[in-house]
Amino acid sequence: MNTPLAIKGVRDGLLITVPEGDWVEVLPNLLETVQEQADFFRGARLALQIEDRELSAAELGRLRDVLAEEEITLWAILTTSAATRGAAADLGLELELSKPSHTERDDELPLESRLQGEEAVLVERTLRSGHNIRYAGHVVVLGDVNPGAEIVAGGHVIVWGRLRGTVHAGASGDESATVCALDLSPTQLRIAGQIAVSPGRRSKTMPEIACIREGQLVAEPWQAR
Amino acid sequence: MSGKIATITSGKGGVGKTTATANIGAALAEMGLSVVCIDADIGLRNLDVVMGLENRIVYDLVDVVEGRCKLRQAMIRDKRLEEFYLIPAAQTRDKTAVSPQDMIRLTDELRADYDWILIDSPAGIERGFRNAIAPADIVVIITNPEVSAVRDADRIIGLVEAEDKGPGRLIINRVKPEMIKRGDMLGTDDVLDVLAIELVGVVPDDESVIVAANKGLAVVLDPRSKAGGAFRNIARRLNGENVPFEALEEQDGFFGRLSRLVKSGGEG
Repeated sequence: MNTPLAIKGVRDGLLITVPEGDWVEVLPNLLETVQEQADFFRGARLALQIEDRELSAAELGRLRDVLAEEEITLWAILTTSAATRGAAADLGLELELSKPSHTERDDELPLESRLQGEEAVLVERTLRSGHNIRYAGHVVVLGDVNPGAEIVAGGHVIVWGRLRGTVHAGASGDESATVCALDLSPTQLRIAGQIAVSPGRRSKTMPEIACIREGQLVAEPWQAR
Repeated sequence: MSGKIATITSGKGGVGKTTATANIGAALAEMGLSVVCIDADIGLRNLDVVMGLENRIVYDLVDVVEGRCKLRQAMIRDKRLEEFYLIPAAQTRDKTAVSPQDMIRLTDELRADYDWILIDSPAGIERGFRNAIAPADIVVIITNPEVSAVRDADRIIGLVEAEDKGPGRLIINRVKPEMIKRGDMLGTDDVLDVLAIELVGVVPDDESVIVAANKGLAVVLDPRSKAGGAFRNIARRLNGENVPFEALEEQDGFFGRLSRLVKSGGEG
């Protein structure tokens, strides 16, 4: 039996809350609803609330394409799953209903210390230009962070690879946050409210740690103790 | 027969997608393989111009998709090479006239009868790009040794990976060895350092490419062209051959040797 979908009009278009259950059962239900009411949905901008369901970029891409056939633009995915958020971001989908403007972004970040900085997400691939990771806890990347990619973390950021994109640690104001990388040459580096840019290209790379010391953002080489 | 589908894409415009498609296609056809090139840049078609087939277009890609003609009717045979065809893009429509599913359906039909199907992707990351990569078995990403082109290529590689199309393979186009030697241009290593995907070819900047394109001829058919040679090697590598990478240095003419003698004399 089909569970009816909750459809709501929001400022940016329509919001559908997908009910609990197996994605393979929920998906046809969703598509059926959309096709039945094709006139209502045609030309709509659609956001999907999928709770903590884990979907791959390929699954989301297919959904977007199928909806596009019905002339529906899938533009946002609301989810609490970090994997799904990453996949949606890769496809250029929004992750929240109204995008906070850039100037107030830092104040609005829901990165309160509710996690006490104890939780971390592991990103096991290279972050390429356009990729974007936002996480309230720590972020660990096993791979490179290329120019044009961005990491915003409530806690520490650790990159086992080359860090050349933009990185913000302690984004909710935690000045004890650090950024560590095997090659620390970010486009821009922020910790809490402090901003720094990398000095020019160096010939020799070495692991470095950036932190705030006596109110100054400093980067120092890692030394085995 | 089960042909391979390769999409040539770049993100940034003007890096040489169309020229690369025409030349890799011609090189594969010259090797005796059957090749169909599809121009997926609907609304801004130009593969037909580069291949010199503009005046023969009757039907186009959108006509096939919308059922106004059979697939074979839209295929234009090359002037010189026997088994080399073009399916041109429509000029009067836009990218939404074709869907990714249409492209998959169409290329599946071609796959049965031809060795290679090459798709020339439009610039950008929108619908046209998604149409072009939807059916791809292999995605070839083309870039120039410039930071802006490399940045866009990096974004494209991310998107290609997100669509489950593998990491893609890389062509670095318009390389000027002299500028690299002076330290004024990104070297092959610098580009690979960022993009970190398999390299299938490095094409030197070569005026003969422009001369040939203006005449509607493939530069690979010119045995003296350096760029032509590079495209021939790319075609062989894509076809599974193990071809060593060619040295990029200019061939030394008399004056080249002379100037080097003078230089070394000056330094020593």
